[in-house]
Amino acid sequence: MTDDTQQLAISPREAQELRSYAAAMIPASVEFAVPGADDEQIFAAILHSANARASSVVAALARLAELGGGSFAGLDGDSQQRVAGFFRRESPALAWQLSLLVASHYYRDDRVMRALGMETRAPFPQGFEVEQGDWTLLEPVRSGPKRYRDVNG
Amino acid sequence: MADPVDVLIIGAGASGAALAWSLAETRMRIVCLEQGDWQSNAKFPSTGRDWEERQYQDFSISPNVRRGIGDYPINDDDSPIKIANFNGVGGGTILYAAHFPRLHPSDFRVRSLDGVAEDWPIDYKTLEPFYAENDRIMGVSGLAGDPAYPPKEPPLPPIPLGRTGETVGRGFNKLGWHWWPADAAIATRDYEGRSRCINLGHCGAGCSQGAKASTDITYWPLAIRQRVELRTRCRVREITTGDDGMAKGVVYYDSEGREQFQAAEIVIVACNGIGTPRLLLNSASARCPQGLANSSGLVGKNLMFHPYARIQGTFAQPLDGYRGPHISIWSQQFYETDPQRGFVRGYTFQTDRGAGPVTTALGGMRNGTIPWGADHHRAFRDYFNHTAAFSAICEDLPEETNTVTLDPALKDAHGVPAPRIHYRLSDNSRSMLNHAVATGTEAMRAAGALAVHAEYPTAHGGWHLMGTARMGRDPERSVVNEWGRSHDVRNLFIVDGSVFVTSGGVNPTSTIQALALYVADNIKNRLSNLFD
Repeated sequence: MTDDTQQLAISPREAQELRSYAAAMIPASVEFAVPGADDEQIFAAILHSANARASSVVAALARLAELGGGSFAGLDGDSQQRVAGFFRRESPALAWQLSLLVASHYYRDDRVMRALGMETRAPFPQGFEVEQGDWTLLEPVRSGPKRYRDVNG
Repeated sequence: MADPVDVLIIGAGASGAALAWSLAETRMRIVCLEQGDWQSNAKFPSTGRDWEERQYQDFSISPNVRRGIGDYPINDDDSPIKIANFNGVGGGTILYAAHFPRLHPSDFRVRSLDGVAEDWPIDYKTLEPFYAENDRIMGVSGLAGDPAYPPKEPPLPPIPLGRTGETVGRGFNKLGWHWWPADAAIATRDYEGRSRCINLGHCGAGCSQGAKASTDITYWPLAIRQRVELRTRCRVREITTGDDGMAKGVVYYDSEGREQFQAAEIVIVACNGIGTPRLLLNSASARCPQGLANSSGLVGKNLMFHPYARIQGTFAQPLDGYRGPHISIWSQQFYETDPQRGFVRGYTFQTDRGAGPVTTALGGMRNGTIPWGADHHRAFRDYFNHTAAFSAICEDLPEETNTVTLDPALKDAHGVPAPRIHYRLSDNSRSMLNHAVATGTEAMRAAGALAVHAEYPTAHGGWHLMGTARMGRDPERSVVNEWGRSHDVRNLFIVDGSVFVTSGGVNPTSTIQALALYVADNIKNRLSNLFD
C-alpha cells in the first residue's frame, strides 16, 4: 500500500468531519495553554492513523454524519455535542474507534505532555521513580489477628 | 510423520512452561507445540511514544481485537464478561499484571466449610512446596508476615507502596481492615539474569525491561537449556486416540500451514480454560462423540471467571499515576465467608495505581466523569495522576450452565471451530459485587477520596479462565483425577486453569503454575506405573 493510496482512503469531506469531531471532543484551551485536538500538527497525525484503518473510521464517520442530518461539521457547537453524545450511546463501538484515534494522538503531543508535567518520551528505557512509602503503616496489620481460616488437612 | 516423542505439551504459557522445566530432568524427549510466537522485549509498546494506543490494538487483551498470528477468535457475545488472553510463548503471563496471590487453605474445602460447589481433591499443604518453588523460579516479590496467609517467604523484597499504597493503606488502617503489599511476579532487584523493575508502568502490555516474570524469560530458557524442544506457530487441531483408548498424538498445522502428525507417549494439555475444552471438544471421534476425555459430560462446563467490580477514588493530592507496577497493595478483609453478608465466599481488593493520559481520558469520557468540550481539560486534570482504584476480585462459584462449546460457524485461520462462551452472573456473585462496591467506597472515603466512581462487572475482565475440565476423584463428576490425569485417557494430562474445582477470590496464575509443578512431580514419581 503506497502513501498515495493511503491519502485517498479518507476523503477531504470525511477529514473535515473527523476534524470537527476532534475539536468537539478536546477543544483548545487558553486557560491551560494547550492546543485542541484539531490543531494542525495533531490532526495530521490523527489523519495519518485514520488512513491506516480507514474502513472502521469511514463507517463511524458515515454514521456520525447521518445522525447530524448529513454533516456533523455543519452543526453548531451545541448540536455537535448533542449528536456526539447520542452517537456514543447508540454506537459505542464506532464511537470508541474515533475517540481512541483522537485521544491517543492528542495526549502524546509534546505540547500537551509538557503542559501536564510529563517528560516527552516513551517509558522505556529510563523508567520512572516511585517512592517506597511509609512501611511503618503496616504495624497495626502485622500485630493484628490471623485472617485466614484453619482447615483440617 | 515426525519421530515419536515421550512427552508432548500443547501450549507454552504459564503452566506448560513450568511443567516442561520440571519434566526436563527426566531426560525424556519432550516437545512443546505453541500456536503463537516468541515475543521481543524491544517491540513491546513501552518502547515507543504510542505505548498507550497499542494496548488497544496489537497488544489488546482481547484476541478478537488483537488478531495476532497465534490468536483464534472467541465468540463471547453471550457473556457480560469478555475473554482476555494472549497466545504466544509465555501465554497470559506476557500481558498479566503479575499479581501473584495464592489460594487460601479454605479455598480447597468450600463444600465442607460453606456447603457450596465441591471440595478439591488436594489441599493447600499439598501445593505449598510447589507454590514456594514456583515463587523462586518466577522471582516473586513480597513481604513475609501477611496475616491473611499461612507463613510464606517471598524471595524478593516487595514492590514499593508508593503514594498510592501509602494513601490507601492509611484508609484501611482507619477502618482497622487488613491490607498488605501485594505479592508480585516482578523482580524488585536484579534476579537470575533479569533486570530489576524500573517502574515503566505498563506491565499489562509486556515488560520491556524484562523485570516482570513472563515464562518466556523464566521457565523456558531453563527448559530449553535442558533440551526441551519448543516449536512455535504450530496450532494443534486435535488429539487422536487408538483402539486401546490411549492418546496416540496430535494433528497440527506447522508454521507453513502444513498438516503434521506428532506421535507421543504422553500428551499434556496446557491451553487455558477456554483453549483446553475447545481442543478436547474438537477431538471428538466415533469412540468419543462428546469430545475427548468427556465421559463425565463436564468438558467445557463450570466455566468460572472472577467477576470484577472496579471502585475508583479521586484524590486532591497527586498519587503514582502511570508510574510503577499497576498493582500495589491488597486487602483480604472480606475474603473468608461471613454468613451475615448475604453471600458465601469472598473477594480480594487489588489496589491499582493510575493510568497514562490516554487511558485516563478514554476511561473518563466513557463513564462520564470527564466531559467533552470546554470542561474537558479541568476535569481531566482532576483525575490524571490523582486516582487510585480497587479491583474487587470476586470468587465465582461453578455453574454447569456457564459453558465453553464449539461455535457452529466461527473458525480460526486454519478452519478449526472456534469456542463459544455462554456465561451468566450468579445471584451470589451479584451480592458479592454489591458488597464490594459498598466496602470499596467506604475504604476510598476513609483514604480521603473526594469522589468515588464504581461499576461492575468489568466487561473486559475475563482474564481468569477456570473450571472447564476440573479435577476430582469421581470420574462422573470430574474430567481429570487428583494428579491431573484424564479419567478416560490414561496418558492424557491437563495442567492449566481448566482443572480448578473452584476459583477462589484471587488471580490464579500462582496456583496454575503450582498445580503444573505438582502434576509434573506426580508424573516423575509414577513413571513406572503411570498408565495403570
